[in-house]
Amino acid sequence: MMKTTSIMIVGVGGQGTLLASKLLGKLLLGEGYDVKVSEVHGMSQRGGSVVTYVRYGDKVYSPVITEGEADFIVSFEKLEAARYVSCLKKDGKIIANNQEIDPMPVIVGNAEYPSGVLEEMRSLGIHVDELDALSLAEKAGSAKAVNIVLMGRLAKYLNIEKEKWHKAIENTVPEKFKELNLKAFDLGYNY
Amino acid sequence: MKKLLIGNEAVARGLYEGGINVVSSYPGTPSTEITEFLSKYDDIHSEWAPNEKVAMEVAFGASLAGARSACAMKHVGLNVAADPLFTLSYTGVTGGIVICVADDPAMHSSQNEQDSRHYAIASKIPMVEPSDSQESYSFSKAAFELSERFDTPVILRMCTRVAHSQSIVDIGERADIPIKEYVKNGAKYIMMPGNAKLRHPVVEKRTEELAKYAENCPFNKIEMGGTDIGIITSGTCYQYVKEVFGDTVSVLKLGMINPLPEKLIKEFASKVTRLIVIEELDSIIETHCRSLGIEAEGKSLFSPIGEYSQETVADVILGKKNETVNINTKIPGRPPMMCAGCPHRGIYYSLAKNKITVLGDIGCYTLGAVPPLSAIDSTLCMGASVSGLHGFNIADGGKHKTACVIGDSTFIHSGVTGLINIAYNATNSTVVILDNSITGMTGHQQNPTTGYNIKGEPASKVSLEDLCHSVGIKRVRVVDPYNIAECDTAIKEETAIDEPSVIISRRPCILLKNVKTHSPVTVDPDKCRGCRKCMSLGCPAISFKNKKAVIDHVLCVGCDVCKQLCSFGAIESEERK
Ligand SMILES: Cc1ncc(C[n+]2csc(CCOP(=O)(O)OP(=O)(O)O)c2C)c(N)n1
Repeated sequence: MMKTTSIMIVGVGGQGTLLASKLLGKLLLGEGYDVKVSEVHGMSQRGGSVVTYVRYGDKVYSPVITEGEADFIVSFEKLEAARYVSCLKKDGKIIANNQEIDPMPVIVGNAEYPSGVLEEMRSLGIHVDELDALSLAEKAGSAKAVNIVLMGRLAKYLNIEKEKWHKAIENTVPEKFKELNLKAFDLGYNY
Repeated sequence: MKKLLIGNEAVARGLYEGGINVVSSYPGTPSTEITEFLSKYDDIHSEWAPNEKVAMEVAFGASLAGARSACAMKHVGLNVAADPLFTLSYTGVTGGIVICVADDPAMHSSQNEQDSRHYAIASKIPMVEPSDSQESYSFSKAAFELSERFDTPVILRMCTRVAHSQSIVDIGERADIPIKEYVKNGAKYIMMPGNAKLRHPVVEKRTEELAKYAENCPFNKIEMGGTDIGIITSGTCYQYVKEVFGDTVSVLKLGMINPLPEKLIKEFASKVTRLIVIEELDSIIETHCRSLGIEAEGKSLFSPIGEYSQETVADVILGKKNETVNINTKIPGRPPMMCAGCPHRGIYYSLAKNKITVLGDIGCYTLGAVPPLSAIDSTLCMGASVSGLHGFNIADGGKHKTACVIGDSTFIHSGVTGLINIAYNATNSTVVILDNSITGMTGHQQNPTTGYNIKGEPASKVSLEDLCHSVGIKRVRVVDPYNIAECDTAIKEETAIDEPSVIISRRPCILLKNVKTHSPVTVDPDKCRGCRKCMSLGCPAISFKNKKAVIDHVLCVGCDVCKQLCSFGAIESEERK
């Protein structure tokens, strides 16, 4: 029996994590896996920290991912990668967009945006695959495509052919954004 | 056909296939999507009701007329609908009724963590609880038959993790269920004492029959595995148990959680050495086991607070924890906040500046409670700001300058009754209605003040001004929350005046599609003195770098509120028409 793979997608409300998980869910369903995708709607949409759990395998029970369980954390924002690092498995991998978005405590001057969190994670032996997804998305044609750039990067690590990802993207995004998103995916994939 | 659906969409599909004709609901996380997905089917009637009580009574009326109907709400919504609920248990149904209620353990977006199962027990109504989307679908579909077979409404209990998790569902076709002929039946439907006295025994008898049904109904199942440990569980906890134990333990999974079976539990208990009940929130199944004389461990091991997970189950029962990597850097929190350009911000700034004691309510505007605005003194439940203000003012005797804030949807839900009380029992209360033309918090649902129905079609629109006037409030004024001076004057005048008053702070939510935004404002660093006054708005678009304010051009929508605060004219906006 194939063991369950656990992927966390973390970021800031409004960054497009939802579309990323939708894409991933569709793709995995098409591959014939049992899939669960879980997120909490509500308060978190107002610029708060958001997390989506994606799990797949022969049979998936729990929809959530807890401490020390994630095979991958795909982080849309630097701090969010650090916030959820305790969910990572011993040999798990972090795909980190190095974009910084100030949270409210930093904006109002009650805290500083911590520096060097990715370096600290690396120093602890964590595999951190860092990329500037925002620049790559802009290169593809829109800052909004950060989510697809990161999915492109994740695709490197999963055993699913690139063509299938392309197809899933074509089936998920509106016609007029297809080209842009395919480009964004490739930029992340080939980074 | 296999589809990946969130639990709530699966419920919608199940109800649809089960032959639903009418759904009436009030939004509330995590239940909202049930009705949103149902509204996509054009062959049924769907609507947003003003509150949960109305919604449930609409479902009742539709059932009386012979149609299969449903209503959906969050856990606290069932408090609002509790009155019809208890007597609906007596009348029973003609067309089946499914009451969907979604609990929110861990309070991801709720003000309390109440356990809806108590309502099923108290009202003597059967309750089913799915553990994933496939069951959400099949239980919802089957609930109509259960309802009509036993002549009772059925409560479908969801929780956040089932409602908002996608899993695979094998969907089918809609059943063709004709609407039954209406036949007047006063003995069953006119609940005055003489009739109700005859209905109560029917309810008791029904409960007995349902308890018998629970012994071998398709909702409950035993999965025998190792017998050292036997676990009784339901809902999402079942998934955590299977994740941790697979078939190394035996499991009694209860899909029907009221009434609970007796023989089935006894039989299961007799086959295992150690019996553990795993249920989130209160001890309902465990208490039932005790009442049968069966010793089960439950809340002695597991907390009645918050959600569980596979981690909780493994830790509590096996003492097992995964290895983790932790970093030392302290990570600042990222709480939700009011959006850049949110129309609630300006009026809050004014209330805070004028040091008003503000009784708050529930909605996006509850975020006005957090720093730097810190503009709210209390939040209890929907509508409580208005009625609470009246009580506060009576007891306070005018020592504090006070007001309350309430959103448009919340005002219609249960604020207007409090306003009637203010007018009738005469306190000098100032009610601020934050009219952003939408139900924002739960993700933009239409309501009776927006002029559109659930499908986005034009609909009758409540005039808040006329409504307030008609209940006896003479002073009703409308302000633009983007205009700080106007808000200031209104708040000063209305809190000073010797009679009740309403201020309608009117501006549509900035996230609405048809709302025009402006080009961002900019800070002239030569003029900025770093006084941080603009920072007191708590706008996510304004930050402070090198002792000067900086405005994020992606987030800023040019509402100009910060510009009005700057004493040095350092914030500039482009020329506008
Ligand atoms: C009894 C009850 N029903 C539903 C909810 C969920 N809920 C919280 S606030 C809210 C409405 C918010 O809309 P509005 O008052 O217009 O304020 P906005 O969020 O738009 O600022 C709803 C439906 C609740 N907390 N309690």
